[in-house]
Amino acid sequence: MWLKLEQRPEPSRTMRYLSPLLAVALMVASGMLLFHFLGKSPIESFKVFFLNPVQDKYGIAELFLKATPLILCAVGLAVGFRGNIWNIGAEGQLLIGALAGGGLALHFHDSQSVLLLPAMIAAGALGGMVWAAIPAFLKTRFNANEILTSLMLVYIAELVVSWLVHGPWMDPDGFNFPQTRLFHEKALLPIIVTGTRLNAALLIAIGALIVGWIFMNRSFAGYQMKVAGQAENAGRYAGFSARRTVWIGMLVGGAMAGIAGVSEVAGPVGQITEHISPGYGFAAMIVAFVGRLEPIGIFFSGLLMALLYMGGEQAQQYLNLPYSISKVFQGLLLFFLLCSDVFITHRLRWKK
Amino acid sequence: MQPSLLSAVIFATLVAGTPLIITALGELVTEKSGVLNLGAEGIMSIGAVAAFAVTVHTGSPLLGVLAGMGAGMAMGLIFAVASLTFMANQVASGLALSIFGVGLAAFIGKPYESQALPSREAINVPLLHKIPVLGHAFFEHQALVYFSWALLAAVAWFLYRSRTGLVLRAVGEAPVAAHSVGYNVVRIRYMAVLFGGAMAGVGGAFLSVFYTPLWVEGMVAGRGWISLALVVFATWRPMRVMIGAYLFGGAMITQMFVQGSGIHLNIPAQFLSALPYAATVIVLVLISRNKNTIRLNSPASLGQPFSPEA
Repeated sequence: MWLKLEQRPEPSRTMRYLSPLLAVALMVASGMLLFHFLGKSPIESFKVFFLNPVQDKYGIAELFLKATPLILCAVGLAVGFRGNIWNIGAEGQLLIGALAGGGLALHFHDSQSVLLLPAMIAAGALGGMVWAAIPAFLKTRFNANEILTSLMLVYIAELVVSWLVHGPWMDPDGFNFPQTRLFHEKALLPIIVTGTRLNAALLIAIGALIVGWIFMNRSFAGYQMKVAGQAENAGRYAGFSARRTVWIGMLVGGAMAGIAGVSEVAGPVGQITEHISPGYGFAAMIVAFVGRLEPIGIFFSGLLMALLYMGGEQAQQYLNLPYSISKVFQGLLLFFLLCSDVFITHRLRWKK
Repeated sequence: MQPSLLSAVIFATLVAGTPLIITALGELVTEKSGVLNLGAEGIMSIGAVAAFAVTVHTGSPLLGVLAGMGAGMAMGLIFAVASLTFMANQVASGLALSIFGVGLAAFIGKPYESQALPSREAINVPLLHKIPVLGHAFFEHQALVYFSWALLAAVAWFLYRSRTGLVLRAVGEAPVAAHSVGYNVVRIRYMAVLFGGAMAGVGGAFLSVFYTPLWVEGMVAGRGWISLALVVFATWRPMRVMIGAYLFGGAMITQMFVQGSGIHLNIPAQFLSALPYAATVIVLVLISRNKNTIRLNSPASLGQPFSPEA
């Protein structure tokens, strides 16, 4: 007797939404197994990793704070992924956005204008778009694979950040630490829950979810992207421009990632350092997939991913495990999701 | 250029290109079977950390490299299960493998971060290594450098001169036809993915056991991705993989030589470090510019899932 995969007559809608839950369950189960092999009590570790971070108001605010850049990036990426545009360089676009927005804060460091913050956000979006425009241009003009070019630009963006904070933008009174001066109050996002670090970027993220939903489900351009992604030939016969799909997919992703970058430097980080993002741009890809490339799903998977980051911090502090354990969980989650997804189109049957 | 400097430049270029050749040749075989595995960065990281740990504990670099190879195969297996058995999107599965591998390697490697391995004695090719200038450059290397040359010959022979290689290419070009004449497409693709994983593991092992030789988080530094780009650059031909790898190797060591040569350039170090990544982008543009080059040379079914029942 063998279990065999058999194609379903029609893709299952139920499985489409059950699959992420199955993936989360498998991730938690294998995580507890991992804790067990590391000689920790699985139950105790589960509490430390998944429950400890969100015990109080401050913890929950931190959860939303960390989910903000993830959601921002993921909404933008989802637009591209729907059109089969593989922008995997959101991390680089986030960094360049942070530099553009942060650079404005540094340049106008004595400004008291209320326009500074909106200008920083716009500059961030623009910066991310510029960085994303490079692979888009190379794809549409020279047919260069956007996966590899967008990723290479991540490394280059990291080096640009490193150069600026070690060189021209280094804080003159900063004892030679590789960081810029701290942004002043007018360049920081306002806190929306007192006593926490949660700032107004969350509202931008929620706005982005709503606009994203409208774009994806109610606009013609969003429909074109979807057709282009799901049935390339059908899109071509219908006269939808493949170039435009690439440009929209890349630019939207870049703009959102750039805003996410500003949300960090004008939020919890408060300056530009080499550690603006702990891989948010990469984790956001997982957020987008686990959220089924849909805004509502992305909201919840963004919170989950934020919890994984916080759980990693807790595990480091209380279980004496490396922080990178949260990356292990992230990778497992995506794997389990991809594997569970087979049950959307297939079902298991016993075969003699 | 002084003869000694020239010799040192060639030597360092070959060393820097070696992990790229090994990884890219493995990926080439995988892609020839029609499977696009974007997980090379993750596999190299796991290979590097496994090889480093085993070498630290056993003192044997040979066992270390074998461990890297085994760990790479295990990673390949994970990818194969997801993308071949569960027919998951290959691009997404490869990304998952990269994220997972880089994370897991950092996790496993934490206790090893402060340790260093002794540098290994090179293996000198008798007589040849005495040739002035070129002897040192080409014939006083670690075993894996020679291995990369042998691997090139083996892969080229396998793909274009052996029957199995022909079948593998057929599976990559026309999986449905290969299936209908009785070949097990999924099994052949499994083998190709496992081989690619093993080679990326060895590529990673070379980095941590011979090249640096130490383990630091993020030490693979995009070499897995560059290897993927190399396969495109080489238009899926083994010999060109090697040429490309040495070009990149050269780009990677520029920084070292500019700093070491005493030439005072007023360029920030980060700009020189960015060279290999910028070069990758430029090279991809140059090679992809002509759509036909890619279309005619890439395996026809690359990246498409295959279901035997459909």
